[in-house]
Amino acid sequence: MSGNGKNRTESKERIGVYVCHCGSNIAGVVDVEDVAQWAARELADRGVVIARDYKFMCSSLGQELIEKDIKEKNLTRVVVAACSPHLHENTFRTACNRGGLNPYLCELVSIREQVSWVHTDKAAATLKSKAVLSGGVERVIHHEPLEPLHVPIQSASLVVGGGIAGIQSALELADAGYHVYMVEREPSIGGHMAQFDKTFPTLDCSACILTPRMVSVGSHPNITLLTWSEVTKVDGYVGNFEVTIRQKPRYVNTELCTGCGICQEKCPKKVIDEIYEAGLGYRKAIYTPFPQAVPKYPVIDPDNCIYFERGTCKACEKFCPTEAIDFNQEDEYITINVGNIILATGYDLFDPRRVTQYGYGRLANVFTSLEFERLTNAAGPTNGEVVLRDGITKPSAVGIIHCVGSRDRNFNNYCSVICCMQGLKFAHLVHERTGATAYNFYIDMRTAYKAYDEFYQRVLEEGTLFVRGKVAEVTDAARLPGEEGKLIIQVEDTLAGKQRRIPVDMVILSAALEPRHDADEVAKLFGISCSADGWFIEKHPKLDPVATMTEGVFIAGCVQGPKDIPSSVSQGAAASARVLGRIQQGEIALEPIRASVIEEKCSGCRICNDLCPFSAIIYHDDRMVTEINAALCQGCGTCIAACPAGAITGTGFSNEQVLSQIEGLLMLNLAPPVEILDA
Amino acid sequence: MSRYLFYPGCSMESSAIAYHESLMAILGPLDLNLEEIEDWNCCGATEYLGINLIPAYALISRNLALAAGQINGHNNNTVVASCSACYLNLAKADHYMKERPVLGEKVNLALAAGGLKYQPGALEIRHLLDVIINDIGLETVQTKVVKPLKGLRVAPYLGCMVPRPDYNKHWSDHEHPNELDRLLKALGAEVIDFPLKTHCCGGHMPQISPSTAFELIRRLIQAADEYHADVMVTVCPMCQMNLDAYQGETNRHFHTNYHMPVLFFTQLMGLAFGLEPRKLGFGKELVDARKAMSRIGVEVPQDEMQPRKARRKKEGLPMPSMPGEEAE
Repeated sequence: MSGNGKNRTESKERIGVYVCHCGSNIAGVVDVEDVAQWAARELADRGVVIARDYKFMCSSLGQELIEKDIKEKNLTRVVVAACSPHLHENTFRTACNRGGLNPYLCELVSIREQVSWVHTDKAAATLKSKAVLSGGVERVIHHEPLEPLHVPIQSASLVVGGGIAGIQSALELADAGYHVYMVEREPSIGGHMAQFDKTFPTLDCSACILTPRMVSVGSHPNITLLTWSEVTKVDGYVGNFEVTIRQKPRYVNTELCTGCGICQEKCPKKVIDEIYEAGLGYRKAIYTPFPQAVPKYPVIDPDNCIYFERGTCKACEKFCPTEAIDFNQEDEYITINVGNIILATGYDLFDPRRVTQYGYGRLANVFTSLEFERLTNAAGPTNGEVVLRDGITKPSAVGIIHCVGSRDRNFNNYCSVICCMQGLKFAHLVHERTGATAYNFYIDMRTAYKAYDEFYQRVLEEGTLFVRGKVAEVTDAARLPGEEGKLIIQVEDTLAGKQRRIPVDMVILSAALEPRHDADEVAKLFGISCSADGWFIEKHPKLDPVATMTEGVFIAGCVQGPKDIPSSVSQGAAASARVLGRIQQGEIALEPIRASVIEEKCSGCRICNDLCPFSAIIYHDDRMVTEINAALCQGCGTCIAACPAGAITGTGFSNEQVLSQIEGLLMLNLAPPVEILDA
Repeated sequence: MSRYLFYPGCSMESSAIAYHESLMAILGPLDLNLEEIEDWNCCGATEYLGINLIPAYALISRNLALAAGQINGHNNNTVVASCSACYLNLAKADHYMKERPVLGEKVNLALAAGGLKYQPGALEIRHLLDVIINDIGLETVQTKVVKPLKGLRVAPYLGCMVPRPDYNKHWSDHEHPNELDRLLKALGAEVIDFPLKTHCCGGHMPQISPSTAFELIRRLIQAADEYHADVMVTVCPMCQMNLDAYQGETNRHFHTNYHMPVLFFTQLMGLAFGLEPRKLGFGKELVDARKAMSRIGVEVPQDEMQPRKARRKKEGLPMPSMPGEEAE
């Protein structure tokens, strides 16, 4: 049986087919000449008037070939069999446009990623290429000429997260003359970097390089700083987001407060500071997290405030010289309009209690990396003294364990990137502050990037000892003389091929960086997606690391994956450059690949309403029908597939187009395999 | 209280008779119904699996097949084992027969010779401690406590075979599980954070390489002693025997002088429930627990059955050394 026996709509189109060799990428596996000749021969009755193969279709010459054919042979449709549309769809659409054909009348089918790269059987791969091409030809017949949507872009932007990545983003945008709203969950901006004392590899003081930037953010005329605030709702679409922000009550009138700090001095309630001091120090119930906090205004933590618990106290109010304390404040919701959003919400530290054999939480002198940062910080709970949990004793030997919760299939497979350099920094600080022996227990030392390996050499020369091997256990069970009263690190030294027991006074666990505990919810709020590990997914891991699949939403810093300060700053700046480019254009052209609802067919069942990953679906209560916001829709097709009434259709992927493509793929145009199937 | 199938294992009848007696004594207060698997056989302990897998699994699975046949429409298909080695062997056989169908077939071929058959996954294999903690619950246990063990410092020692590999995720953690700690706290005892709670007791090493076993035993006893524990508490007959019966030899080997009584958790449960020490198998331990127990006002009877140690005659002849025995 031949495919021509099917009762399909007659094709009146004049179709040009172009099969790319991609050097040997495709031609090495697929017989591209055969595919082109087959198309010219067998698909002629489907409207194919010319089929060519060419070494590199994406080259200027390849593109000119298409342009020339459109003009000379009056082509009305173009099918290119080459790589994934992700790479070159735009190239060939533009070529068609130059040739005078509406760009959306061009179809790109992938015979590289989906054929030549995944198959080794040449005959079968060639056959499959024909099938894929046949599907493309059947589909392109039903294409319609489309025009891109143009929407204006609001010049203001939103930056979520006030760590170093967010700070960099905000300053770049504000310095370029555009307004920025910065939203930060904590009472002050600064993020994790504000907790550190020194930064690797140059050992410059973290606060000294960070606080000038924080001050700039706080005082910049183009930045509206909203701390102690969270984004609760995001509506709209690229160029025109409408964002609702909840400002939690500070219980301090910022117009009256001078930041003098008397309230904190007089507050009788001491609380363990789990955030800024990493649980190693205290704050009051009314507090600014640290002296250089921006803004300088304190907040009252209502969960711990004596007044909120028992109804009396108000010490802060009594002593405040400017009467700035206001216990009657409530949540405030503000709505802003922005064109673009940059998410820089950072990371959480892995809870090393989960690695029970390292004893964190049971053994007093096992510390997390963040706790140790606070120990070394001159503004920290010990004024920078490196001491044991008793607060007095200086250690004489310190063990630093790498990869706690990372590179471990029980917890996280990925490398947390910063731990090797952080471990070196810790070893240096231990030497400098205590003169103690420092051990680094590592799986692999990874000191890539500028001046990092030099720092490694320096720390080696300082006398830090390195043991290669994953630590089996940290225990206080002494077995040998000299172990009493110590923490013993049991480890296989894989370079020497020996089991070692190393007694130390203090253990520092280089805990993994993990996605924020609420990363899932935040991703959903902004309509982007998380990887299996929980990090936000970039548009392209190499070529588009700060954009996301949602137009107008960018990511920067650790929210995209573990990274150090230089990389976070680079991403912050890069995200801003992307946003600035958008703002400069004034308007943005959106792909017209959109879903739309045929109102007469919609029963108002609302099945599609919650499925849209981009929150593009609006339900009209009055008319009991669903509508799709064309600017917000990304053309994913989920709603179309879900609609039981078939009331949703997609420009660029109508039922007709999809079904025709499937028919084509099922090789209706391919005679021989049908016989094989019959047999 | 629903009925559980019970696999006691060989040691419960001999070396760990104190475990058996105390367990039987607390069944009443716990309202626990254990139905012994009829005609059960040895699980093969730790050695047989190291020699020949198929017969070893067949030996274990015979018990599983018998137990499955004894479910008889009861709604509980749980087999409770009191010994850690038995528990692990039963769970292991069930797990690997499921994971490796070829093994399952071969084992069933062997079972067929005795007219038996076992469908892997038909039973849930659990340790006694797991059932007490997770089915009966600490609240219930606490309501039965009439004589809290106030002032008794105990080292909770679980051994290596209970929390690992934990095929069915019954335990809170594999390195530092807290089940035994919580139970002993519920009994009112002062529980030390015993760092070696899941370390190995030496298993059958005392027979194979005594010096290795003595080192492992010393580590445990030493750690408990450094924490000033009055007694160590175990959930496993083998752990109890190694730490108790070989403590004297370990002391001689290292020229130490540890005196650390080793008891079963069921014995302490019985005490806290106000039962007679004599009915709980007290006095059967070799390292005398009388002094430790008298600290909380418990009088432990001396076991009449235990023969007085015969004093070695000075003029006695030396024993011949056995081939392969390590020189000390």
